[in-house]
Amino acid sequence: MLTIVYASLFYFATAVFIVGVAWRISIYARTPAPLKIPTMPAPITKQGVAWRMTREIVFFESLFKSNKWIWLFGWLFHVSMALVVLRHLRYFTDPVWAVIGIIQPIGLYAGFGMLAGLLALWLRRFVLERVRYISNPSDHLMLALLVGIASSGFLMQYVERVDVLAVKAFMLGLMYFNIQPLPANPILLTHLGLVVILMIIFPFSKLLHAPAVFFSPTRNQVDNARDKRHLASWAKDLDTKRGR
Amino acid sequence: MADFEAPCLKDFLEIPPLNKHSMAHSKPFLAQPSHNEALGFPGELVENWKEKAIEKLGELLEKNRALRVYLDGCVKCGACTDKCHYFLGTGDPKNMPVARQDLLRTVYRRYFTFAGKYFPKLVGAQDLTRELLDDWYSYFHQCSQCRRCSVYCPYGIDTAEISMAAREIMDHIGMGQKYCNEILGKVHTVGNNLGLPEKALANTLEGLEEDIEEETGVAVKLPLDKKGADILLVTPSADFFAEPHVDGLIGYAKVFHAAGANWTISSYASEAANFAMFIGSYEQMQEVAERIRQAAIDLGVKRIIVGECGHAWRVAYSFWNTLVGPFDFLDQDYPIPQHICEYTNDLIEKGVLNLDKSKNDHMTLTFHDSCNVARGSRMGDKPGGQFEIPRAVIKAVCNNFVDMAPETIKEGTFCCGGGGGLLTDDLMELRVKGAAPRMQALKDVREEHGVTHMAAICAICKTQFAKVMPQYGMKMNNIISVHELVSNAIILDGHISEDEGDE
Repeated sequence: MLTIVYASLFYFATAVFIVGVAWRISIYARTPAPLKIPTMPAPITKQGVAWRMTREIVFFESLFKSNKWIWLFGWLFHVSMALVVLRHLRYFTDPVWAVIGIIQPIGLYAGFGMLAGLLALWLRRFVLERVRYISNPSDHLMLALLVGIASSGFLMQYVERVDVLAVKAFMLGLMYFNIQPLPANPILLTHLGLVVILMIIFPFSKLLHAPAVFFSPTRNQVDNARDKRHLASWAKDLDTKRGR
Repeated sequence: MADFEAPCLKDFLEIPPLNKHSMAHSKPFLAQPSHNEALGFPGELVENWKEKAIEKLGELLEKNRALRVYLDGCVKCGACTDKCHYFLGTGDPKNMPVARQDLLRTVYRRYFTFAGKYFPKLVGAQDLTRELLDDWYSYFHQCSQCRRCSVYCPYGIDTAEISMAAREIMDHIGMGQKYCNEILGKVHTVGNNLGLPEKALANTLEGLEEDIEEETGVAVKLPLDKKGADILLVTPSADFFAEPHVDGLIGYAKVFHAAGANWTISSYASEAANFAMFIGSYEQMQEVAERIRQAAIDLGVKRIIVGECGHAWRVAYSFWNTLVGPFDFLDQDYPIPQHICEYTNDLIEKGVLNLDKSKNDHMTLTFHDSCNVARGSRMGDKPGGQFEIPRAVIKAVCNNFVDMAPETIKEGTFCCGGGGGLLTDDLMELRVKGAAPRMQALKDVREEHGVTHMAAICAICKTQFAKVMPQYGMKMNNIISVHELVSNAIILDGHISEDEGDE
C-alpha cells in the first residue's frame, strides 16, 4: 500500500514538474522581447553573451557584485545542492556512473554546505530588517522545505541508517515501471514526501528563477542594436502600418 | 521649497533604517484630461479601471518577455534592497527595488498565477484596490528607471521594465502623469518638449551665433533646416536655452566648425528627448522617434548625431533601429546614430581639433555617468566605451580630472534623482532626497581632491543638479556640460584670444 502511494506520488510529481516547467519555459520562450535592453556594458557577440550567462549561472556574478554575504550563502547552498543531487544519481543508475562515484565523498560534505547555506539564508529573513520586510510566508516555507529535506537526509546518513539498496531498487523500479517495495522508514518517507512536494510546487513558485534566468533580456541580449535591427513579432504589424 | 529637509551628508553613505510610508505622500500632478486624450489615453480614471488595468497587464505580459520573466523570477534575496538612490535618500521601504516591483507583482500573482489565485496570503498576492492603485501612482513615480538595481540582481530583474509597464497600465485607465503626458503632446504638435516654435528657435540660434562671434571673433554657424547638410544634430531642447546646457550646444557648434562639417538642426525634430520611454509606451516612443527619421529624410542628411542627453541616447542607440529603422538612407560608414562625444573624440584622436587644456585650469573636474548612457547604451566599438569616451574627451580638454568612488560611477553610477520623467517641481522633495547618494560621492571628491565642478552629458542630470546642488551646499553652476569644457579649450582658426595682448 505504502509503496503504491509513494510510487503514484512520484509519478504525479514528476509529471507536474516536467509539464509545469515546460509550460512556463514555453511561455517565456514565445513571449517576444520588444526592445534591446541588455544591462550595459554588455557583450557585443553571441559568444560573449554565452560567457556572461555562464558567469552568471555558475558564479552568480551579479550577486557577487551586489552583496558578498548573500553571495556566499546563496552560492554555497546552490553548489552544495548541485553536488548532493548529483550524488543522489547513484540511486537512479545501475551500474553507478564513474563520475558519480567520484562525487560520492564530496557529496557528503556538500550536504553540510547546503544546510549551512540554507540556515544562513533563513536567518537573514528574520534578522535583517530589509529582508524581513520583503519576505512572504512562502519564502519561509520554501526554506523550511529545503531544510527539512536536507535534515531528513542527514538523519538517515548519521543517525538511523536505512536500507539504501532497497531504496535504490524502488527508484530503479519506478524508472523501469517495475515497482519494488519501499522500506517503511518514517524518516525516509518524510524525506521523499518533502521532495515530492518540492517537485510539485516548483512550476508554481519562485523556484521558477532557475529557468527564468536564462530568459532574462538584460542578461541574454547582445549589445548590437545599432548594427542589427531587432524586431518583435507584434511590432512587425506596426511596421507594416507605417508602410515599411 | 516645501516642508522637508535635504538629507544631511555624513562621512560616508549610510543605508537608512526603514521609515515606513515616509514617501507615501509624494505624487506627481495628474495629467489633465486634454493631456491624456491627446495621446489616445482616457482623459480621467475610467469607471471600470480595475478590470481595464488587469486586462492591460495581461496584454503586456503577452507582449513583453522581460515583464513576465521578472514578475515570476524574483526570489526576494534582498540583493537590490540597498541599491536604489530613492531608498537610500528616503528610507521608505517601498523604494527598495524588490518592494517597488512587488506592488505590481502582488497583482500579477493574484490574477495570473495559480498560487496567487488559490493561496493569496501565502505568496503575498493582493486584489487590486484603490489604495494599491494609489500606491502604484506614488511609488512608480519614485523610480527614475535608472536600472542600477538591474546590475546587481542575480537574474537581471530590471525595475525600469516594471515601472514602465505600471505607468503604461495607469495611462490606459486614465491615470496619466501631467509632466510626461503634457510634454509628449508638445513634441507631437510643435516638435520639442518645450513647445519652442520654429521662429523662436531660429532667433535663439541666431543669438547664439552672435554670442560666439562676439566672444571668439569667429563666425560659427548654427544652421537650422539646411537642406543637403551632411549631419543632422538632434539634441535635447534644453540645450537651446537652459544653463549649463546651452554652453554645451555652443561646444558642439564649435566642434562642427573646427571640423569643417556641413551640419544642421531641424525645426521639425528639434528634440532628442523621448519621454514616451518613461511612460513605457512603445507606440508613443515610435511616433516621437518617427519625427527624427522624417526630418533626416526631408533634409537629405547622411548622418544623425545626438547631443548630450541620457535617455535620448538610450532611445537612439538601443531603440531607434527597432522603432523606426532601418536607416538604409544614411551613410553606412558611420555609426547610426552617433553620439556627439563619439564624434568629438574621433576628431580629437585624429588631431583635428586645436585644444588648449589650460583654459580649464581654473576647475577640477569629475564626471557623472548618466544612468541611461551608462547602463542603457554604448559609445564606440567596445563595451564600456560609454564610460571611456566621455572621460577621454574631458581629459583631452582639462588638466585636472578626478573620478568619484568606483562603486558610484560607470555601471554602478547613481542617478541624479530627476530622471525617468520625475524632473518636475511637484516632486521636488523626492528629487532632493534622491540626489543624496550622488551628492555624497561628490562631497567626498570635493573634500579629498578639491573637485570644483561635475561634468555631465544629460540634459535632465544638468537641470536636476543645478536645482538640487544648492540644497547640499554647492552652487548651481558647479554642474557643467562636457562640451562646455570642449568649448572653453577649443581654438578656432581666426580665434581672438583674451590674453593675446600678453604674449
